[in-house]
Amino acid sequence: MSTLQPAGSGAQFHSIDGVYNFAYLDEQTKRMIRRALLKAVAIPGYQVPFGGREMPVAYGWGTGGMQVTASILGVDDVLKVIDQGADDTTNAVSIRRFFNRTAGVPVTEATTEATVIQTRHRIPEKTLREDQVIVYQVPMPEPLRKLEPRETETRKMHAFAEYGLMQVKLYEDISRHGEITTTYDYPVEVNARYMMAPSPIPKFDNPKMHAMPALQLFGAGREKRIYAIPPYTKVRSLDFNDYPFEPQQFEDPCALCDAKGVFLDEVILDDKGDHMFVCSDSDHCRDRRAEGHMGPRAREAAEKGYGADE
Amino acid sequence: MTQHMMLQVQDLSKTFTLHTQGGATLPVFDGVNLAVGAGQCIALTGASGAGKSTLLRSLYANYRPSSGQVLVRHREAMVDLTGAEPRLQLEIRRETIGYVSQFLRVIPRIPAEGIVAEAAVAGGMDAAQALDAARALLRRLNLPERLWSVPPATFSGGEQQRVNIARGLIRSFPVLLLDEPTASLDAENRNVAVALIMEAKAKGAAIVAICHDETVRAEIADAVFDVSAFQVAA
Amino acid sequence: MSDAPLLEAEGVSHTYAGGQVGCADVGFTLYPGEVLGIVGESGSGKSTLLSCLSGALPPSRGRVRFAVRGQGMQDVFKLSEPERRLLMRTDWGIVHQNPRDGLRMSVSAGGNVGERLMAVGARHYGDIRSEALDWLGRVEIDAERVDHLPRTFSGGMQQRTQIARILVSQPRLVFMDEPTGGLDVSVQARLLDLLRGLVRDLGVAAVVVTHDLAVVRLLSDRLMVMRQGRVVESGLTDQVLDDPQHPYSQLLVSSVLQA
Repeated sequence: MSTLQPAGSGAQFHSIDGVYNFAYLDEQTKRMIRRALLKAVAIPGYQVPFGGREMPVAYGWGTGGMQVTASILGVDDVLKVIDQGADDTTNAVSIRRFFNRTAGVPVTEATTEATVIQTRHRIPEKTLREDQVIVYQVPMPEPLRKLEPRETETRKMHAFAEYGLMQVKLYEDISRHGEITTTYDYPVEVNARYMMAPSPIPKFDNPKMHAMPALQLFGAGREKRIYAIPPYTKVRSLDFNDYPFEPQQFEDPCALCDAKGVFLDEVILDDKGDHMFVCSDSDHCRDRRAEGHMGPRAREAAEKGYGADE
Repeated sequence: MTQHMMLQVQDLSKTFTLHTQGGATLPVFDGVNLAVGAGQCIALTGASGAGKSTLLRSLYANYRPSSGQVLVRHREAMVDLTGAEPRLQLEIRRETIGYVSQFLRVIPRIPAEGIVAEAAVAGGMDAAQALDAARALLRRLNLPERLWSVPPATFSGGEQQRVNIARGLIRSFPVLLLDEPTASLDAENRNVAVALIMEAKAKGAAIVAICHDETVRAEIADAVFDVSAFQVAA
Repeated sequence: MSDAPLLEAEGVSHTYAGGQVGCADVGFTLYPGEVLGIVGESGSGKSTLLSCLSGALPPSRGRVRFAVRGQGMQDVFKLSEPERRLLMRTDWGIVHQNPRDGLRMSVSAGGNVGERLMAVGARHYGDIRSEALDWLGRVEIDAERVDHLPRTFSGGMQQRTQIARILVSQPRLVFMDEPTGGLDVSVQARLLDLLRGLVRDLGVAAVVVTHDLAVVRLLSDRLMVMRQGRVVESGLTDQVLDDPQHPYSQLLVSSVLQA
């Protein structure tokens, strides 16, 4: 909605408070990470090890994504950070503030305004453009890990493209539950070569990864791995011929903005079990409402004379 | 000799060396020469311990002779079984030499008819045909039908023996080695066994048999071969 | 006799770092459908030999060659690693003594059996599952157990699942390391029958390493007796067991209690 302007101008290489280097990491580290990124882009889906640094937040809070963001951020960039699709959750707010303070770059909640989008668990509903980069926070980069605990073995599996085991995982799903029950971090094959964990995004978002105009970067802080999908790369979600990949579908539209074909979150309204489904992408929902779209709840609220989201 | 030579034993000797008994040697026979033509049956005789079984086993390459040769007509050529590669020995057993031992080596869980049919399948018959042939043979040998589908482990000696004969004679081996084929049979089944052996002979099988039953021996054998004549003086 | 060899070992020797001899100068030729037994007591070098034969341990001297489909005899240790690994998943199988080494314990029996099919590109769930069920049936595991984890199985069932997991890819050569070790006697007999039937029906060649003479009597066509890393005697299984020549073979055979 609103774009925060850098508090101090002319802070080209230093953070605005003058304490930290621009975007927190020192230049050598950023170069090292950029080299890893270049390799990752050159080999789509391949996990490149990198010398991950300690960040001033705990592992699990996006240290991998932050290091990637820090390395690619320039003074002209506009940063958006989302967590589960929302811009206003603690994690998103903290990371946005962190870069606003250490890099002084403008931050935004509007997907269309951002040049760099760091995300945890979602891809925005609006189609990303060629001049945008999306950075995923990745807790576990190795898609084969749960089935094959030996790192030496999974590396060989990737090297020789031995991916039958990943299929075994889906087989287990179907044999136990009658369908592929993996609903997030659903494994994909990138550029018809590497098996990749898309990070815990819902499988709803998997099709967006395919042939995306924007560059997709992935950073895993604890595991110290970086990988990437260059723009317009083929990304295929694994499946069986007789159990094809199917993204989640929602019967009803967003209760607030009436959007269909978007990922919805369930919101509990009171302790009597009243609930509604609303857009997980808060920016997208807000834009639609601004355009005058109105979901059933919003309509109901408007008729009663107050805003449904208040 | 006008007969088609099938089996020719040349200067065969066998001595056991018992390394577990301080290297004691146990000579059994020496200088055995024997020839068996197609359709001919030779009965081995000699007192118990004369080495009849040892000779018969040597003809099957079950025992390894100390010297000499066992020549067998295999695929139209005389082949030395004794010195052949294991692979050739197996092939000769599969195609040329049949062996009916005194005791059935019971394979747990495999029914009687399966044991007999398996032998025919090994000879190239298809499974269904082999099972039919096996049942026909077991019927002829008067093995009660209820036993056909039962593993023979619990059978009486005579019942096991009949399974064994059926197994050995279901195919037409060019060379047959019989070790007391009728020992535990009653008169009726002995006659059936004799008839089967005579049929094999008529088909041209060269037979070497150990047979204590003189009546049976007289019926099947064309000549006797006294193994004790080749015994080595201890 | 016209068919070509499947596996050929020539002068295979392995000496461990400390100078300890694992196996020395072992040679043999295995043909399609043949079952070779290797017997000897613990420390006789039979396990080392098996490792060398199955591509797990490069021999210090000698070579092991396998008839790779469409490529003729190839030195197993000169194949690239992906080629060797592909062989392991397709034309070869290893039955481990401990089924835990050959199974994924956290994957269902059906998934374990289906893995090799998926590894070579099977992508139809229904087909994979029906093939897994078929193979579990052949190793006498109830269809109801197809979705159960192997850790809920008895030792004998685990061993049979391991065998189904291998045979599903219709290998041409199976290595077995003490396949009946660690099982109750009654379970052993059942497993042996099963293996015997499968080996016969499928015409798969096998190298079976064991210290149990009953196992080789039932399964193998040919036998090698090993002692202190060397083959002291070889021949048809019944020859070696009924008329052993070497002092050690005689000792081995005479040490078995007759039941």
